[in-house]
Amino acid sequence: MNERLLPLAATVVIFIVAYAICYAQFPAMLSTRVIGNLLTDNAFLGIVAVGMTFVILSGGIDLSVGSVIAFSGVFIAVLLRDTGLPPLVVLALLLTITTLFGAAMGATVHYLEMPPFIVTLAGMFLARGMAYVLSIDSVPIDDETIQALQRLYWRLPGGGRLTFIGVLMLIVAVVGILIAHRTRFGMNVYALGGGVQTARLMGVPVARTTIGVYALSGLLAGLSGIVFTIYTSAGYSLATVGVELDAIAAVVIGGTLLSGGSGFVAGTLIGVLIMGLIQTYIVFDGTLSSWWTKIAIGLLLLAFIALQRGLVWAGDRRRGHGHASE
Amino acid sequence: MAESPSGRDPLLRAVAISKSFPGTKALDRVDFTLQAGEVHALLGENGAGKSTLIKCLTGAYRRDSGDILLEERAIDPRDTIDAQRLGIGTVYQEVNLLPNLSVAENLFLGHEPVRFGLVRSSQRARNARTLLSEYGLDIDVNGTLASYSVAVQQIVAIARAVSLSGKVLILDEPTASLDRHEVEMLFSIIRRLKERGLGIVFISHFLEQVFRVCDRVTVLRNGRLVGSDDTAAIDRVDLVNMMLGRELAEETRETGKPLVARTQTPRVSFSGFGRRGLVEPFDLAVYRGEVIGMAGLLGSGRTETAEVIFGVRPADSGEAAKDGQPIRIGSTRAAVAAGFGFLPEDRKTEGIIGELSVGENIALALQARMGWSRPLSARRQKAMAEDFIRRLDIRTSGAEKPVGELSGGNQQKVLLARWLATNPDFLILDEPTRGIDVGAHAEIIRLIEELCEAGMSLLVISSELEELVAYSHRVIVVRDRQHVAELVGEEITAERIVSAIAGRREEGRA
Repeated sequence: MNERLLPLAATVVIFIVAYAICYAQFPAMLSTRVIGNLLTDNAFLGIVAVGMTFVILSGGIDLSVGSVIAFSGVFIAVLLRDTGLPPLVVLALLLTITTLFGAAMGATVHYLEMPPFIVTLAGMFLARGMAYVLSIDSVPIDDETIQALQRLYWRLPGGGRLTFIGVLMLIVAVVGILIAHRTRFGMNVYALGGGVQTARLMGVPVARTTIGVYALSGLLAGLSGIVFTIYTSAGYSLATVGVELDAIAAVVIGGTLLSGGSGFVAGTLIGVLIMGLIQTYIVFDGTLSSWWTKIAIGLLLLAFIALQRGLVWAGDRRRGHGHASE
Repeated sequence: MAESPSGRDPLLRAVAISKSFPGTKALDRVDFTLQAGEVHALLGENGAGKSTLIKCLTGAYRRDSGDILLEERAIDPRDTIDAQRLGIGTVYQEVNLLPNLSVAENLFLGHEPVRFGLVRSSQRARNARTLLSEYGLDIDVNGTLASYSVAVQQIVAIARAVSLSGKVLILDEPTASLDRHEVEMLFSIIRRLKERGLGIVFISHFLEQVFRVCDRVTVLRNGRLVGSDDTAAIDRVDLVNMMLGRELAEETRETGKPLVARTQTPRVSFSGFGRRGLVEPFDLAVYRGEVIGMAGLLGSGRTETAEVIFGVRPADSGEAAKDGQPIRIGSTRAAVAAGFGFLPEDRKTEGIIGELSVGENIALALQARMGWSRPLSARRQKAMAEDFIRRLDIRTSGAEKPVGELSGGNQQKVLLARWLATNPDFLILDEPTRGIDVGAHAEIIRLIEELCEAGMSLLVISSELEELVAYSHRVIVVRDRQHVAELVGEEITAERIVSAIAGRREEGRA
């Protein structure tokens, strides 16, 4: 098998095995209700993780997304409360701001040659700070459009609900897959992750791609913020602390190499579902502390990083024969 | 020499290219002419200006002056991408493709077949298979590049470069990491491209390969054009002479020193010592007070021999002994502990720490040998530094001055002092006189002789043959990663060394 597919295959296998275990213990977990909720509850994480996948594929990292989601919620809530702007205009305005915010971070990374870790860490504080400036309290939303979107769902056979935000996540994932594998931009992202210097020599527009990657992550963080706002019907500046780390975890569990250049958007989607599955299992069990989710995710992460190291090591060994070159 | 031997219009012509870097003139009015359907070797030792010329031709550097004409039209490539668009493609020794992408993705990165904004990946795979079949390569184009051997990666790089440029192909040391069979494969591809009318520039250290595949050679030395001729018309010895910068048919009366007395066991000895892919196993014994010279072209295995001996890249075969006792050299630490010292060729990247003072640089090796738990006192360090500054005549305003501010020759002396401070029994010097002025040059040679009289054993690698003749008791000649000849006493003449480097049988010539 193509060795690129191995981490993705491992992710899929883990998901199926985990689901089988859950099903054996709680047959209800295969119901459309649970599946529908799995999509709904993890929609905001799934969307932001797709953006994070692109960033990590390009060899970068984006620590700002959790704060951007919180900022989005507060921004929407405050603007809907204090201005007469129509909801769709507010949402469009928000997406423009978060996209530009991401693009600005990308430009800083590229032109000032700063490590993405530092730039997006600054972005994280900045976005969180902006959220506090708008409001330190939780701001409830009673706008009708938002309420309507929250109630929007399609009924699944078996009584489950496929909500609007769940569908939105799936759409984002599909579009993400297309962009990653079927567009020149996607190719360039993988090329950057393989080596910036080489990519430049091969004619990849490095500046445009780097800025594009962070802008895309900003856009999806904004969209994730909208979804989170719809999900909670409120904006709160203390919300979604550490979500950037959940997103990174989902990407890595999804089989993407943290060093960049190798991975799949589809894997990230499954990574998010695995994390959601663990959470659901703990809810079903009822006696376990929800902190077990974190422990399980930690162990999974460790296993995946070990698997990836192992693959790299095996590849090197296989090629090492007869080519002890300079 | 003749400019256009065949009478055709040249494909690529560089006229009077000059390029300076701060402190050096890398290229001095160099001319270079490439015909269509020709494989043209570009030869020269380190610092000759080969890579600078290539970088000027491909736009990686801006030339200071001179013209580049492609099919007799002046061109001015802004960067390598621009050069590629104009028709000049380059393939480097380090394959410049992306290991994480598939073969097909690498071949068409930036030029993917697109419909409605989406890449047509099956079309791309088909195109890739067609393209590679022209090179006799039948592989899974959807496999990652990294899963293939260096040779296959090299061919993929060539296929990409040719498909994107299509007129001139520059191969920068393409065979350096290939085995014999893979070299054959590459050569058949080069011949095929030549028949298609491409002009190919071939850079290599392996004269054997140059004579087998190239139609013409151009030799550079110290940024100047030494000469250009048809391979069929040129003699191998003359070629080596051109590369090493010796006057043709120059007669020298100098010979090496008589052998030293070999009453005791050798100071150091190596038998069957080598490392796969780096240098073939060799036997070598060095006695007290003996200077072994080592000659060979760049990339022949000279520096590699030194690195294996010093444990930079430890040997994977053979044994080493010091004063008759077997020793193991698995690392540079072990080598230092055994009383070895090594002055590398590239002092900027491998030796000198420019920000540290003269005194600190001198103290480094001794400190490393003593262990970091017993620091040298500042007073002792200063006394030692001042002693060496006096003994080696290092021109510095004081022991506190950062080494980076000294001249090349004086930096070299500081490095030498660093090793002398550890009082080594066996010292390896790799090109100790490269890039330093004439005065410092003579002093370093005088030092080598002094050290040897004091009983130290030395292995000196140098491209300056007259210099080797002057101080060596024996000279080892290295070619194609093998120790091919050992010259002793009166046999040591510059002519003999050149013959051995060129691979001519010993015929009592010279």
